[in-house]
Amino acid sequence: MIEITINGDPHNVKQGQNLDMLLQDLNLDPAKVAVERNLEIVPKTTYQDVIIIAGDRLEIVHFIGGGK
Amino acid sequence: MTEQKQEKFTIAGKDFTSRLIVGTGKYKDFEETARAVEASGAEIVTVATRRVNIMNPDQPMLVDYLDPKKYTFLPNTAGCFTADDAIRTLRLAREGGGWNLVKLEVLGDQKTLYPNMVETLHAAEVLIKEDFDVMVYCSDDPIMAKRLEDLGCCAIMPLGAPIGSGLGIQNPVQIRLIIEQANVPVLVDAGVGTASDAAEAMELGCDGVLMNTAIAEAQDPIAMARAMRLGVEAGRLAYFAGRMPKKLYADPSSPLAGLI
Repeated sequence: MIEITINGDPHNVKQGQNLDMLLQDLNLDPAKVAVERNLEIVPKTTYQDVIIIAGDRLEIVHFIGGGK
Repeated sequence: MTEQKQEKFTIAGKDFTSRLIVGTGKYKDFEETARAVEASGAEIVTVATRRVNIMNPDQPMLVDYLDPKKYTFLPNTAGCFTADDAIRTLRLAREGGGWNLVKLEVLGDQKTLYPNMVETLHAAEVLIKEDFDVMVYCSDDPIMAKRLEDLGCCAIMPLGAPIGSGLGIQNPVQIRLIIEQANVPVLVDAGVGTASDAAEAMELGCDGVLMNTAIAEAQDPIAMARAMRLGVEAGRLAYFAGRMPKKLYADPSSPLAGLI
């Protein structure tokens, strides 16, 4: 297991998995979220190529009701 | 001619019919949100980008109630207080939803939610360089509005009163000045409280109105959504119809000739 930060909180996740696998483990539909890794946007098309490593800081967001 | 002007509302090269843009926050649930949006006739809805709750990934999502194919989703940066946060939020929104048209707002103060124009100008410049189409929430200062337009913003959206205040259009003189000088659409974004406020904004010559709280916090949001739709339409029609001049004294409507 390795420790990473997801949305500001520490999480232990499996070593050697890519972002697509991580999202599936978290039960998140990759089509409905967007991910920033270490302050860089991760293009959706590259989720399978991005290997999660210890210390990664991920922001995983979606769209909710909001006005102002 | 007048009718034609009525029909078309173009933002960043895309044509719309409705001149009312509505927010999707503050509703009781997503079902009420969807019904209010439907009743408003809006074609563009603003949405917020927020962290996913990874402890509860199965919670309902807005996109399950409002079809992104039917509505143009307008990601906004509400709640951002720095240019950097706003830029990050919109980059994420573009990657998440594929939407290039965005609403930029960078706030300066918790109590008034007034826009921080220094940060707003900086964020607009960066976003436009990255090919975003930026609709921008701004102060009612015509000089700032012009700067934003010169940077390449595709719509200028001054406040009519503080966000969520429902005070109505407090600054018709400034709004009017901004409209007169602008070559891109001008929308009142914030301050509308009821349908007559929306009509007033449109009578001033605004191209559209953006609102959320006035509908969501009405006693009957669905009825108010419809009222806002009609208010915007009525105001637009009145603007083109050209109001009668105001007079100091009475002027009878019935002819005086032929009186018995």
